[in-house]
Amino acid sequence: MKVKYFAWVRERIGKAEETIEPPASVRTVDDLIAWLARRGETYAHAFETPRVIRAAIDHAHVKPDATIAGAREIAFFPPMTGG
Amino acid sequence: MTATREAQMTAAVTIRIQEADFDIAQEIAALTKGRTDIGAVVTFSGICRDSEGDEPIAALTLEHYPEMAEAEIARHVETAMSRWPLTGLTVVHRVGRITPGENIVLVLTASKHRQAAFQAAEFLMDYLKASAPFWKREEKPAGTSWVDAHDRDDAAAARWTKS
Repeated sequence: MKVKYFAWVRERIGKAEETIEPPASVRTVDDLIAWLARRGETYAHAFETPRVIRAAIDHAHVKPDATIAGAREIAFFPPMTGG
Repeated sequence: MTATREAQMTAAVTIRIQEADFDIAQEIAALTKGRTDIGAVVTFSGICRDSEGDEPIAALTLEHYPEMAEAEIARHVETAMSRWPLTGLTVVHRVGRITPGENIVLVLTASKHRQAAFQAAEFLMDYLKASAPFWKREEKPAGTSWVDAHDRDDAAAARWTKS
């Protein structure tokens, strides 16, 4: 699946998007955040406070306990500050 | 009910995300051109300030998630149309670098009567702030930093789900 990062999540990780293949044990958005956080220092920094991270699956907001099965694109970003 | 459905069918909806500035008068003219059924147009425009608290701001840079931003705005526009008898709706949101005094966002709501237009404009702005995927970065004397989200923006959006 494709993963996209925005704002300071993108800056901390150092890339805007990538393709990942998490193991089957990674079932929810929360699981994926924990799995990504273990990929290295930059990821650990980006995801150090999971409760502030927002997620979207296929362009719609989802809660941390949402299942990622079948997702084509998952995005992680800080709380929004537009408008 | 029938009146609401007719209003929706004839409502002109424009949603744009762009780097370029917009002209508010032109946007209103485009929304109302050739229409004699519109009795009220409410305009909200968000403008870049030159300070945050005591700190001067040289510019804002807006980042966004293009596909999701359009989808998210469209979802809220649809909700507004089903909730109020609107005859037209325009949302324009800028991205990129914006300096103080420049426009950031525009919401126009048109209706037969003012109440629906006022409420729908406020509803849309509250949801744009809380859930449209845009992020502001400020240029201050000490450097650039991402703007922190305010709990009050979430609270403002949440109040529309109570009634």
